[in-house]
Amino acid sequence: MNRTLRNTQYAILLILILAALLAIPVAAQGTNPPTDDDVNAVAKQLYCPVCENTPLDVCPTQACAQWRDLIRLKLSQGESEAEIKQYFVDNDGASVLKEPPREGLNWLAYIIPPLAILAGAAFLFGAFRRMKKPALAASAQSPEVDASADEYVSRLEAEVKKQR
Amino acid sequence: MTETMEAPVRRGAPLWAQIVIWMVLLALLALVGVTLNKRKQGTVQPGDVIPDFTLPLFDGYQYDGKSEVKLSDLRGKVVVLNFWASWCKPCEQEAAELQEAWEFYEPTGEVIFLGADYVDTEPEARVYLQKYGITFLNGPDMGTRISQLFRIKGVPETYFIDKTGVMRYVQVGPFSSLAQIQQQIDILLAE
Amino acid sequence: MLAQFGYGILVVTFVVALYSVTAAVFGYFNKSASLVESARRSMLLTFPLLSVAALSLIILLVQGDFGVQFVYEVTSKSMPTYLKVTAWWGGQAGSLLFWSWLMSAFASLATLRKWDRDREFLPWVIVVANVTLAFFVALNIFFENPFARLYQTFDGNIAAYTFAPANSMPFAPADGRGLNPLLRHPGMVIHPPMLYLGFVAYVVPFAFAIAALVTGRTDDRWIRITRRWSLWAWLFLSFGLVLGGRWAYDVLGWGGYWGWDPVEIAAFMPWLTGTAFLHSVMIQEKRGMLKQWNMILIILTYALVIFGTFLTRSGVLSSVHAFAQSAIGPSFFIFIGFTFVTSVGLLIYRWADLKAEAEMKSMLSREALFLLNNLLFMSVLVVCFWGVIFPLISELATGQKVTVGPPFYERANSPLFAALMLLMGIAPLSAWGHSTVATLGRAIWKPGVFAVGITLLAYATYTHNVIALIGFFLVALVILVTLYEFWRGARARQKTQGESFFAALARLTGRNRRRYGGYFIHISMMLMAVGILGIELFQKETQGTVQAGGTMELHGYTLVYKDIAQWDDFASGVNYTRAVVQVYKGDQLLTELHPRTDYYYESQQNMTIPGVRSTIADDVYVLLVDWEPASAIGATFKVYVNPLVNWLWVGSLLFLMGVIIAAWPEEEREPSAVRAKQNAHQTSAAD
Repeated sequence: MNRTLRNTQYAILLILILAALLAIPVAAQGTNPPTDDDVNAVAKQLYCPVCENTPLDVCPTQACAQWRDLIRLKLSQGESEAEIKQYFVDNDGASVLKEPPREGLNWLAYIIPPLAILAGAAFLFGAFRRMKKPALAASAQSPEVDASADEYVSRLEAEVKKQR
Repeated sequence: MTETMEAPVRRGAPLWAQIVIWMVLLALLALVGVTLNKRKQGTVQPGDVIPDFTLPLFDGYQYDGKSEVKLSDLRGKVVVLNFWASWCKPCEQEAAELQEAWEFYEPTGEVIFLGADYVDTEPEARVYLQKYGITFLNGPDMGTRISQLFRIKGVPETYFIDKTGVMRYVQVGPFSSLAQIQQQIDILLAE
Repeated sequence: MLAQFGYGILVVTFVVALYSVTAAVFGYFNKSASLVESARRSMLLTFPLLSVAALSLIILLVQGDFGVQFVYEVTSKSMPTYLKVTAWWGGQAGSLLFWSWLMSAFASLATLRKWDRDREFLPWVIVVANVTLAFFVALNIFFENPFARLYQTFDGNIAAYTFAPANSMPFAPADGRGLNPLLRHPGMVIHPPMLYLGFVAYVVPFAFAIAALVTGRTDDRWIRITRRWSLWAWLFLSFGLVLGGRWAYDVLGWGGYWGWDPVEIAAFMPWLTGTAFLHSVMIQEKRGMLKQWNMILIILTYALVIFGTFLTRSGVLSSVHAFAQSAIGPSFFIFIGFTFVTSVGLLIYRWADLKAEAEMKSMLSREALFLLNNLLFMSVLVVCFWGVIFPLISELATGQKVTVGPPFYERANSPLFAALMLLMGIAPLSAWGHSTVATLGRAIWKPGVFAVGITLLAYATYTHNVIALIGFFLVALVILVTLYEFWRGARARQKTQGESFFAALARLTGRNRRRYGGYFIHISMMLMAVGILGIELFQKETQGTVQAGGTMELHGYTLVYKDIAQWDDFASGVNYTRAVVQVYKGDQLLTELHPRTDYYYESQQNMTIPGVRSTIADDVYVLLVDWEPASAIGATFKVYVNPLVNWLWVGSLLFLMGVIIAAWPEEEREPSAVRAKQNAHQTSAAD
């Protein structure tokens, strides 16, 4: 009996601690206005919608200052980073994101490069294999040719060995 | 030197590889060519039929009891579509004239003015609308969908669409006078 | 008058270039040496002609003849003379002329060489060079005339015309619009010329490659002739890229040096293929392999140069770097199509002749590792190319505009770069032709152990970041292996020649410039890698508004805002706002920085110039973001601490030295039976 009671007490304590922990950031957001750094942290992940390829956190135009103020406003209203980003996407189009959103045709952006690289690697590996086979046959006739091909290096090797 | 002595097998590039290379090359050229062509097009030209679009409206603006307005619902009316933004200095030059023109035509019921707010922040946009006392329908161009439809090059730009939904005149940059706006509308109203 | 003269010269150059092409083609097919010689001489004529045209433009710019549209657009009375000269490449029309001028200089240099042994290449080198030249000059003549004058027609419109339209009056504004302030930085003054030099220098190897394809002389002669050309081209291209980074760091005010902007990537892509080419030509020279691949690489490099120039200048890509919308797009597009199709066609036609002379022996041989290196460079290229092209595809297919930005490239490229570094660590130890795990292992374990030691040291003292530690390990490995190679070579020489160690080191490097210059480049790239790791992984930033006397803290530094001042410089039309910020570490005053904002009245543009304190450990980089007008009360600063970033710049300088070592002319060796000689008693130079 006693033990279960204690367990319950522990559970309540745990929940209280958790709640307190969770409440801290909420309270912090509620009381402290977001700093410039908080704003920049979000703005960094977005592009200025009107000037080409300029991250929003460093864009000097008045329009960008407005967007940063909007981020500040939304942060102070307790909106999360993801929500703010989504707001910008809805308003100004997907091009404000630093990467294409992972959906629909945009998956091509992420899939093609690895596929191409894999294909290249496979091709190269295949070429190695093809090159090696005749080489094995040929090396039976002339085993020494290539051993001396880099005479410079082998001379170096010899020297290095001598030093030991 | 045995390796160079082997009888060279004259083998050209495999046919499939040739086909793939030419296809890729052509696709690339086509892609770039089409894009180039698109970039050169500029804004929609007079005579172009405008595809339908829906403009959501800011709070406080309503059309027909709804908080959005659809171009196809406006057939039979002359539509003046103005792209603007609160950060756009030249837009402020024409804001008062546009409102004045709207007040002039509103009673006739034959003309609709639409303001599409291009990549803007809502708080500033509201301040702007209030400052110039703008009462014609206004809303954000969500996701730049409408501006892409018109391929706008900047703000302000104003498009005059006739009663049948055909774009008839485009003003790039701000209007210099009320008369300039009225002139275009009157032409379309007279038809 | 001078403008018309300059235009006339351009037209003459165009005709001469076309004549040269025609004469070369006829000379080749009719086996007429005199016709080819005539083609060669007319090619040599293009350089003085274009110099005269360029000089005319420079005189117009310096004199401030604002009746000429180009002069009106890029200069103003208040600009100093040197900027008026460099304004030459500050706009589309002028920079095209600059391109042509450099191109003719390089082509002329190439045609001045002794042609005794390579007569058959000559006509086709002329054809390729002069077709390219004629095309660029044509762009100037037909679309972007730098000499076009402003005329006012009777209805009051003012526009630029090459020839005076009917009923018009010449029009001359009182002052010009002035050069874009972003382009007034010294880095920007030389960044474009360097890039252009790199671009046009690649035309020469490409011309020889095409000549080899057309004539069917597909041995490695063309590679031997153009080896140094491609190195110099690579040098200029690298230098241009580095300068661009430095310029961004100093002027753009975002605390970085590289933004994965499409136009940056457009210049980076030929560098990638060019680098792959530098490595893989060695395999062809040593082992007679990869002939087809080298052809592909050089064609790709040239194609990417032209393609990049096209993307930047046609308005297809939008970017901070892009030139204004221009009419040259369609003709440029046709030229690109022509170039691609011809090159690929020729390559396929000669494919069978480009068979390898030797075979691959081992997966760990130097040539195999070089191939792996090529695969990695091509992979980076694929990522970059796809990143640039994909937004176009998306826009066409779905109408949705998307951006492909830094996270995309960084995620995809970092492992590839890491793999490249690993290869840099292994490849110098592997031998041509054959290598086994055992031989490699024996060579690498000592530097490997040291590198692990250094990494542990970094773990203990500097960072626990896994990516950084992997990076530091690879850097240490490459540097140690490379130094080990230097040491091994010098010791060997010391033994055999009885020289002192340093004399041996110097001789060794002097006798094997390409090899040891290359190693030098590897080491400096590793220093650059340290800088990149530092700024990418450890950059700290903060922003805040402070009152005069107020402080900001960042990463152990204390910044005190002392004062702000604002004044006009009427002579140059700039309004300066300059803050005084003191940097302390603890109680110790380190330095005083002056971040400022320059407002250019003419162009109504702001420039944010950072105040930077640089040390080998880090940069304190302060930007004046905002301030209360006409008061010293509050100002907003953005502060970055960029650890290790100076390693990037130091590394870049060493890198350039390395390339100069590698590319420094040495006597051309007799090419007769090179391969045989190599196999018989290969010694030094050609590595």
